[in-house]
Amino acid sequence: MKKVIDRRRKYWNEPTLGWWERFYLFEVLRGFSITGGVFLRNMKRWITGGKGALTAYYPEETRADYAAHNRGKHVLTQRPDGRPQCIACNLCATVCPARVIEIEAGFDPDDPAHPKYPKRFEIDYSRCIFCGFCVEVCPEDAIRMVRQVPGLPVPDRDHGMWLGREELLTWQPARDPAKPYPPKEGPK
Amino acid sequence: MIQDLVVHGVFIVYAVLMLMTVGLVLTWVERKQAAIMSDRIGANRAYLRIPFTQVKLIWWGLFHGLADGLKMLLKEDWRPNSYDRMAYAVAPWFAFVPVMAVFAVIPFGGELVPGTFFGWFEGTSEWFGDRSYAMQVAPLDAGLLIVFALGGIAVIGAMLAGWSSNNKFSLLGAVRAGSQMISYELVIGLTVVGLILIYGTVNLVSIVEQQSGVLFGFIPAWGIFLQPFAAILFLVAAQAENQRIPFDLPEAESELIAGYFTEYSAMKMGLFMFAEFIHIAIIAALFTTLFLGGYNLPYMTDAGFLLPGGFEIALPHVLVVLLQITVFWVKVFLMCGFLILVRWSLPRFRYDQLLSFAWRFLLPLALINLAITAVAVWAIQAAGA
Repeated sequence: MKKVIDRRRKYWNEPTLGWWERFYLFEVLRGFSITGGVFLRNMKRWITGGKGALTAYYPEETRADYAAHNRGKHVLTQRPDGRPQCIACNLCATVCPARVIEIEAGFDPDDPAHPKYPKRFEIDYSRCIFCGFCVEVCPEDAIRMVRQVPGLPVPDRDHGMWLGREELLTWQPARDPAKPYPPKEGPK
Repeated sequence: MIQDLVVHGVFIVYAVLMLMTVGLVLTWVERKQAAIMSDRIGANRAYLRIPFTQVKLIWWGLFHGLADGLKMLLKEDWRPNSYDRMAYAVAPWFAFVPVMAVFAVIPFGGELVPGTFFGWFEGTSEWFGDRSYAMQVAPLDAGLLIVFALGGIAVIGAMLAGWSSNNKFSLLGAVRAGSQMISYELVIGLTVVGLILIYGTVNLVSIVEQQSGVLFGFIPAWGIFLQPFAAILFLVAAQAENQRIPFDLPEAESELIAGYFTEYSAMKMGLFMFAEFIHIAIIAALFTTLFLGGYNLPYMTDAGFLLPGGFEIALPHVLVVLLQITVFWVKVFLMCGFLILVRWSLPRFRYDQLLSFAWRFLLPLALINLAITAVAVWAIQAAGA
């Protein structure tokens, strides 16, 4: 019978201890030199004003590795006079799979082109799944998602995880290179 | 007479305050050092706000210890339906007090002459005269023996806590604590006997004074150079005595919840934790005293420096005392840092490994070390005589 040779490459370590490892003392010292080395390296970074950890301070610090197209939080775009571009058509609230958008429409007789506007526009971030359907469905380009995350952590508990109209109207057209406002004239 | 009372009263207050502070700070050091060792940030949120201002003192989370202590003081003191209310109530104190009391015999400085030290105060030098005091709470000749006597009491605290909690995890933890501490007590004792042979005394002050000499003309005569083997064994056994990783079998979280203090809450549990942290400081202080030259820098005596080349640098008494106190605490803190490094580097032993490590590895090594030391001391004394 032919001897079967196992040609698979061994990628694991043999889990056996030699006499050197069994003696333990010097291997332990090696371990201390590793952990102590990491400690000294990080300590040096902290002392010289750098940062010796990979952690980001969550509310104070924005992570640097968010993608440019990260769907962090919603903003309501504005007309040149600062009013929301939203016409309270409720399409976003309808399409929302998590049903987190609540809109209360109001009537504005001063603007005959857009008589309907959102009196209340609230999003429940405790349930939002950040899918971006609301952005896609909006016929007026009134809601967009930006890279930043909503500043939800607050020291008091009354605040909840809802963002209202005022918090959402933080759109800064100058800082929105993807979709500048007013929109450029496209080919007719 | 009244002068002695005043000086020792000050020593007692100083020792208790320093130990409490060090214990509190060590809780923070442990968290922060562990965090930095593992690329994390660590405790950094608790702060003190200066009243009537918005100035928040964060200081890298240094006040987390205070916040923890406050939380433990304010928590509900829940009690189990225990066998023995009395034993349950006194157990934390049996764990805490002996650990504190060990510090009584550890010298935290050299000779203090209050008449000279406070010489600039009107009338102090006349009142104190030329009295001098060794800077330790209890200047006892039996120093090291007291350390072991008190160390033996700490086992009772763990056993009482585990037995009176009426909880199987607690009892298992207590049984483990008992067998572990008694085993390693033996090893610590045997390692230190070698030192006693060399120094010929158990008085800790004179042990420190003998370490300010030199070996072969230039090496400081520290215990760690005279007995390097004993130093390692002492550290290992002391870590086991303190029940910290890799020897934390009595409170192994993954097996026994919290071991013998599972049923304790609020500040009673806090006392156990606090005792553990003060124990770190005590081990560091003992190691400093026995092996690292105590409160003296190399080549330093109570009079000043005596360098190997024969140079003498005389220092004023005030400077020497301040330097000795500082050097002692710096050494203690460095040792604490090392002990914390050990705790966060190694995995836990299995229980059978733990006991066979003590009885079949450490104990024979300690005995061999002792035998060799005895023969060497005998040979040197015979040659000298």
